[in-house]
Amino acid sequence: MSLTVAYAALATGIAVWAVLVMKLRAKPWEVTAAGVLDKQGFNVSAKRIGLWIFLAVVTSLFCLFLSAYYMRMGEHAGHGTLPATDWQSIRDPSILWFNTVLLIFGSVAMQSARSAVARSQVQQTRVRLFAAGLLTFAFLIGQWLAWRELRYSPLFSPLNPAVAFFYVLTAVHGLHLLGGLFVWARTLARSLRKDVELIDVRLSVELTSVYWHYLLLVWLGLFAVLLST
Amino acid sequence: MAFVAIADRDHEHALHDPQSFIRKYIWSQDHKVIAVQYALVAISIGLVALTMSVLMRLQLGFPDTFHIIAPQDYYQYITMHGMIMVIYLLTALFLGGFGNYLIPLMLGARDMVFPYLNMLSFWFYLLAVLVLCAGFFVPGGPTGAGWTLYPPQAVLPGTPGASWGIICMLASLAIFIVAFTMGGLNYVTTVLQARCRGMTFMRMPLSVWGIFMASILGLLAFPALFVSAIMMALDSLVGTSFFMPAVSSMGERTVHTGGSPLLFQHLFWFFGHPEVYIVALPAFGIVSDLLSTHARRNIFGYRMMVWAILAIGCLSFVVWAHHMYVSGMNPYFGFFFATTTLIIAVPTAIKVYNWVLTLWRGDVHLTVPMLFAIGFIFTFINGGLTGLFLGNVTVDVPLSGTYFVVAHFHMVMGVSPILVVFGSIYHWYPKITGRMFDERLGKFHFWMTFLGAYAIFLPMHYMGILGVPRRYYGYTDAIQFIPPSVHEANEWISISAMIVAATQLVFLYNLIHSYFKGPVADPNPWRATTLEWQTPDTPPKHGNWGKDLPEVHRWAYDYSVPGAPEDFIPQNVPHSEKTPVGREHGVPT
Repeated sequence: MSLTVAYAALATGIAVWAVLVMKLRAKPWEVTAAGVLDKQGFNVSAKRIGLWIFLAVVTSLFCLFLSAYYMRMGEHAGHGTLPATDWQSIRDPSILWFNTVLLIFGSVAMQSARSAVARSQVQQTRVRLFAAGLLTFAFLIGQWLAWRELRYSPLFSPLNPAVAFFYVLTAVHGLHLLGGLFVWARTLARSLRKDVELIDVRLSVELTSVYWHYLLLVWLGLFAVLLST
Repeated sequence: MAFVAIADRDHEHALHDPQSFIRKYIWSQDHKVIAVQYALVAISIGLVALTMSVLMRLQLGFPDTFHIIAPQDYYQYITMHGMIMVIYLLTALFLGGFGNYLIPLMLGARDMVFPYLNMLSFWFYLLAVLVLCAGFFVPGGPTGAGWTLYPPQAVLPGTPGASWGIICMLASLAIFIVAFTMGGLNYVTTVLQARCRGMTFMRMPLSVWGIFMASILGLLAFPALFVSAIMMALDSLVGTSFFMPAVSSMGERTVHTGGSPLLFQHLFWFFGHPEVYIVALPAFGIVSDLLSTHARRNIFGYRMMVWAILAIGCLSFVVWAHHMYVSGMNPYFGFFFATTTLIIAVPTAIKVYNWVLTLWRGDVHLTVPMLFAIGFIFTFINGGLTGLFLGNVTVDVPLSGTYFVVAHFHMVMGVSPILVVFGSIYHWYPKITGRMFDERLGKFHFWMTFLGAYAIFLPMHYMGILGVPRRYYGYTDAIQFIPPSVHEANEWISISAMIVAATQLVFLYNLIHSYFKGPVADPNPWRATTLEWQTPDTPPKHGNWGKDLPEVHRWAYDYSVPGAPEDFIPQNVPHSEKTPVGREHGVPT
């Protein structure tokens, strides 16, 4: 559980720091003579805050999966090392490299859509947004091909925890991307509507791009772990 | 920041009243309706769990009498009772119920920041409850693995519900976690973003602080349960070996290879211990407000109380392995967790001292909510002290398998929070319904529940010290060292439990009868300072505040301020000669 503990320590550290910054040490009574304090809260959208909190939850989820991964390999903190004799390392399908490149391009396309919407370029925003989604679809199809490749490899067995973890980790990551694609589809639909101003699409595109970059980082982390074990 | 402000232009939440019955009461996005929906479902499923506890007590108090309760039924009751009470009743009621109702009202907001997500959260919760209940109707019935669902026995034949029941349980938990995540995101973001003018963090009522921190804990801890639920479901359905070791069952080797049951325990308790505080922190916060309001005195040490909530929240992530002392671990590991467990007692004790000091020289009104709040302090101290026994490895090892744990756990995590739940329902009932409850029935409910709880759980401490093992269906002649007095104690406990259970019907009668026939409530019957009592309508209408949002000028605890004509000054009253600055500056007067 060492990874998780480190994450929990980090998350609580950030939370406490954030609370401190958010004027926890403020002494509101010292300024009340001057009247009512200004409106509270951050000067950003609630949706933006909500997304970052959600990303913290997803980080917790993946850290716990990775903790479980290492513990299942035999690294039991506090119980000594109990090497898992049934763990047979697999050769990760080579298509994963190609998929990784697709997801990176997807993230780049999303970022360029974000730049386009900031410059109020309607057409470019639509095209780049569409391209980002398409690349992500391609990534998911690539992951499915990787699943097939592993399914017919001689090491395939649900009893082999390396195989089981490969499927679970990639599936959980893929499901998060599918959820992202649902939001992407709504954003794309809004950007195509004539009655919606581009300025109102801007927040959606920005938040979608943050989510895409985040899931790219998660994938790079997962891929590194899968390759190294 | 102008750029950000434009970029983040949000659409204002539409305030027009939903007109149709369905949009108003069923597919409602109003936080107050969702809160009541959450509460009704939680109380309903809680009654199912209460009934199962009565059935268990029938068996334990009068063994070989009620033949309808077979051993496998008993284990199914244990499992479902525990899981329902902890997750589907207490967590859902405190956060989905009180969290939903109180956060926007106490902070001066019109609603949660994501009302649609809030509505989805409730419907996912309801789905989770239905999937859980489906376990009663599948072949083999619900799982009987114990509420901790430890592998390997949870998925091995021989354990009740090892095929279908466990899957219903795991699926239900996964759905519940999705529901909680949607709700938790709302609660945290609303606290961060939707406070009205003047409502700084250090002016928030402690109820909101408790619910806020508990939501953060839930968001970070529930994924651990989610991970373990998914992996155990795969072990059961697909035949993976995440948790399932190489094991023989019914004389045959199973397919499983070297899975790690310890891994499950780590994941489960990494969620399980913060879960204690997910339930306790809202209770801590709410009880602070009840004590202050009904003692007509400002809460003692407000800033200390806030920091204690934060400290408990952070520390709750580094104590989980004290639930696993008997699983075997490196002695240094055990030492670490025993130490952190004792450290967490420090901020908790600070809170208890501050509650008592709030009462000291206060103008204590023994109203029904106050009785429950004081009952909570007694019970929590009692349960907390036995926690010090169990937090130490050497004392825990002999006591871990006995009724001492059952007694401790129920005192600290069962009775204490449920007393706060009752107190809170009585306290906010006039605001929620616009009617007053019957005070005599409320007091009867309190004394019967409070004394009854002690009649049930105090003897269990002694049984535990005698070594009476928990989890057993019956104590037949096989266990020779159990003296006859234990059987008599069991009869006493069972009769007490049935009386306490029956008393809850009085509570329900009071709620339902008062809703239709109770006297119309004053908008602020307790003369409280917090914003929810200052709404223009009682019960508050959609949007809560009419045309203008309130403005906050002071903290939530200006009670008995010297020089003020009344013994309370609401948060939205500006400073003036008649309503002077209270004790927000912390200087005792």
